Amino acid sequence: MRIPILKLHNYLLVSIQIDLDDQTAIQFQEDLLSKIHKSGSSGVVIDLTSVDIIDSFIAKVLGDVVSMSNLMGTKVVLTGIQPAVAMTLIDLGIHLQNVPTALDLEQGLIKLRQELEE
Amino acid sequence: MEHQSKVKIKKEWDIVGARQMGRERAKAIGFGTVDQARIATAISELARNIFLYAHKGEITFNVMEGMNKKGLQIIASDEGPGISDISKVMEDGYSTSGGLGAGLPGVKRLMDQFDIVSEKDKGTVITTLKWVR
Repeated sequence: MRIPILKLHNYLLVSIQIDLDDQTAIQFQEDLLSKIHKSGSSGVVIDLTSVDIIDSFIAKVLGDVVSMSNLMGTKVVLTGIQPAVAMTLIDLGIHLQNVPTALDLEQGLIKLRQELEE
Repeated sequence: MEHQSKVKIKKEWDIVGARQMGRERAKAIGFGTVDQARIATAISELARNIFLYAHKGEITFNVMEGMNKKGLQIIASDEGPGISDISKVMEDGYSTSGGLGAGLPGVKRLMDQFDIVSEKDKGTVITTLKWVR
């Protein structure tokens, strides 16, 4: 399964709407980095509104893709993390402290613009 | 509803299958959304451990009915290499697989009861339980 990555001006938008298995998550990591490379996008929003479980593996993949994108010079914001998912992540001891987040896609785009000072 | 159900863990996709089944069970018993997410996440961690370290095993769900409470017991069992130092794997941040090391200590925090029995070269059985609040 592949997660669609949409281009909007100089941003990339991703909405994860499936129950992520490990392979799909890893594939997404590769797909996003190569899409950033090809498109030269300055920012990415990954919307997690429809994701109802994030375990330690998926959290690591998401945290890593943010760091990897940063290395390439692109900012990533995660948006729409559900209350139940936030509670579960903290129970797991996963704080994703260096990962920029926002309430929803709209706030995410505002945050990206601030971070990029555009 | 049947009181016991099992799901085999043999391939990576079974991790998703197991947590979906667990979530359905949890919902049917009356767990709220947050506890459903906690249970599904715990199952995901347990199933991944089986897949990563023992390659195959199974997750068993038992619906527990007490005098005036209901719960879901989840048993993850495998016949893999076993865990040589249990206190080590229960430490936050300890991992041999390059993960976050949040798995087992995380599962313990997500559930109400947690018990682990492991014997070298024989396998591991982890029994956890959560009560409906």
